[in-house]
Amino acid sequence: MLKQIEGSAAVAEAVSLCRPQVICAYPISPQTHIVEGLGKLVSAGQLAPCEFINVESEFAAMSVAIGASAAGARAYTATASQGLLFMAEAVFNAAGLGLPIVMTVANRSIGAPINIWNDHTDALSQRDCGWIQLFAEDNQEALDLHIQAFRLAEELSLPVMVCMDGFILTHAYERVDMPTQEQVDAYLPPYEPRQVLDPAAPVSIGAMVGPEAFMEVRFLAHAKQRQALELIPAWASEFKRIFGRASGGLTHGYHLDDAETVVVALGSVLGTIKDTVDEMRERGAKIGVLGITCFRPWPGAAVREALDGAKRVIVLEKSLAVGLGGIVSNNVSAAYHGAPDDVYTVIAGLGGRAITRASLARAFEAAIAGQLEPVTFLDLDHSLVDRVMAREREHRRSGPIAEGILRDLGVVASRIG
Amino acid sequence: MSHQPIRFYQTGTFTVGNRLLPAEERSVQAKARRTNSLNSGHRACQGCGEALGARYAIDAAMDATDCQLIAANATGCLEVFSTPYPETSWQIPWIHSLFGNAAAVATGIAAAMRVKGRSDVRVVAQGGDGGTTDIGFGCLSGMFERNDDVLYICYDNEAYMNTGVQRSSATPPAARTNTTLPVGEALGNRFGQGKNVPAIAMAHEIPYVATATVAELHDLEAKVRRAMQFRGARYIHILVPCPLGWGHGSAETIRMARLARETGLFPVFEAEHGEVTSVSKIRRQLPVQEYLRPQTRFAHLFRPPGHPEVIARLQQLADRNIRRFGLLDGTEAAP
Repeated sequence: MLKQIEGSAAVAEAVSLCRPQVICAYPISPQTHIVEGLGKLVSAGQLAPCEFINVESEFAAMSVAIGASAAGARAYTATASQGLLFMAEAVFNAAGLGLPIVMTVANRSIGAPINIWNDHTDALSQRDCGWIQLFAEDNQEALDLHIQAFRLAEELSLPVMVCMDGFILTHAYERVDMPTQEQVDAYLPPYEPRQVLDPAAPVSIGAMVGPEAFMEVRFLAHAKQRQALELIPAWASEFKRIFGRASGGLTHGYHLDDAETVVVALGSVLGTIKDTVDEMRERGAKIGVLGITCFRPWPGAAVREALDGAKRVIVLEKSLAVGLGGIVSNNVSAAYHGAPDDVYTVIAGLGGRAITRASLARAFEAAIAGQLEPVTFLDLDHSLVDRVMAREREHRRSGPIAEGILRDLGVVASRIG
Repeated sequence: MSHQPIRFYQTGTFTVGNRLLPAEERSVQAKARRTNSLNSGHRACQGCGEALGARYAIDAAMDATDCQLIAANATGCLEVFSTPYPETSWQIPWIHSLFGNAAAVATGIAAAMRVKGRSDVRVVAQGGDGGTTDIGFGCLSGMFERNDDVLYICYDNEAYMNTGVQRSSATPPAARTNTTLPVGEALGNRFGQGKNVPAIAMAHEIPYVATATVAELHDLEAKVRRAMQFRGARYIHILVPCPLGWGHGSAETIRMARLARETGLFPVFEAEHGEVTSVSKIRRQLPVQEYLRPQTRFAHLFRPPGHPEVIARLQQLADRNIRRFGLLDGTEAAP
């Protein structure tokens, strides 16, 4: 059924169609509307049987999900930003225990300085935690990926994180095609756990493993994720068969056939990139786009194939490996046939900085002309940075960086573009 | 209701003659059908109070729930010594997740049971004092506040023993640990405000709070049984001496636990919905020296020239407990 609703409401409804049994909620912007939506459905009795638990922290949210999942219940939670970091120990633990929890991450920056706006620092900080990480391009895909996530998680007995851009998707009203309960039931069978806490057949879950077998346990986690590389496209096809639309999978290509320049990105910024690429193609540029839907497991072979024939690759990412450059670009470089010098990293949109078509076109054209720095910060205000550095050279007690920058700017939070 | 007084058949000792009791009054541990929930063969130290406490408590909980029990365990000695891969001593469904989240994991299990309509299956969470009073405190308080249907059992050996005896918020003043060494002017752990987690649990007004020691098996089992008669959040705090960390003989574990109670340093009581409902009276009051002296963690207090002023402060703590809970026969709790 077609609906014009907020992204968070769409995800809440999609999750409810997956018949979750235990939902743990701790509020953090911009995730709040998702758990509010689910809480309302549970209170209204539209999701019975389901337990909605208002916990005291994100660490508790993931811990409650761990207990519920280990006891055989389909468990769901959602978080963002600092919340994801606060639960990080339990995030690793859920993966290590092999519990098929599904979690939405409404992507948001990490402080300090505190900032509630969108980038991918939160999810990418957890890239090696053992969770499958899927990134939605728009609200329809966010909705669809949640349905696929439960299937994937339970089949592999691995947790799955569905990442959607905070505010840009969570708070955007878009048209979505909401599936029916029958469709979801046909796609997602009831949860049959591989391991379960059951007095009729007692098992010990989470026992200590020493050097004699720890490597093997970790290898199995890796092998399962590699297995997911086969299963994710298969289930995307199955999804298309039942729901009648293509969604999910490992990567999405756009005008890749003749592309000499390929822009790689994750999430909602792909829309702006595609518009920019359309305009550049009209002007004759042979440029295409590779959207990464599945970031973990890393679809190296699919990326390599998609980039085959490209003369240069521009990785546009909303994350920063401080002291290195790009996180996504580092992964892309390892998959790319060509010379490492032909991979450009463009760091963009940190802390919600708007990514405009004009800025993108300038960066892409500079890359084609061979004039783009290997690591570029899109629309960085160099004069602002220079003033902070000058102040630090002049005064030992140069003060808090954030406060100094805001004073230099002369305005507070009035300009995000 | 505390299981006091117990009849003593061997005059002059404090040994309970289980064999001489009628069958229905015998301890769960004395029953042929005890479940051995924490089975033999684990790697606890000789004389481990925590192993003893866990065995008594979980077997009693199994007895009270007709074996429909699931346990969540915090990281710590109990977790490490009971489940070295590929072995496990647990004969019950058991999960270990993290150090600080046992209460929340148990909440999740209880929620799963509710959603599956398995109200017969009960949930316990357990951890040491570090996992309870320090790192797991947030999750514990959250579980209490929501009144989740979980019995949380804290096995308190008064320090981080698993990591090699470091101070926790349950470490008593003046005690030597490896992070409160009595060197220079320092006399072991400093006198702080303390962190009385049973009292904090009572402040949440949860249905049931109790303290117990491994010295009184009948009392401990009765409290677990009582706890299982309630729905909602329950808390039992069990004092479990640690020969390694306290520095007493491994055959002295039960005597140490008894001395902690008989000196008044560890008050044994029950509370329902935030109100104390019973206390275990001190049978024969002893000065705190009797408890402190056999433990090397307090040895620095007795070396010449001695520190009577520190011992006097510890005696004040015991006296305050005695007054507050009315621990002596014929006395009432202080208003």
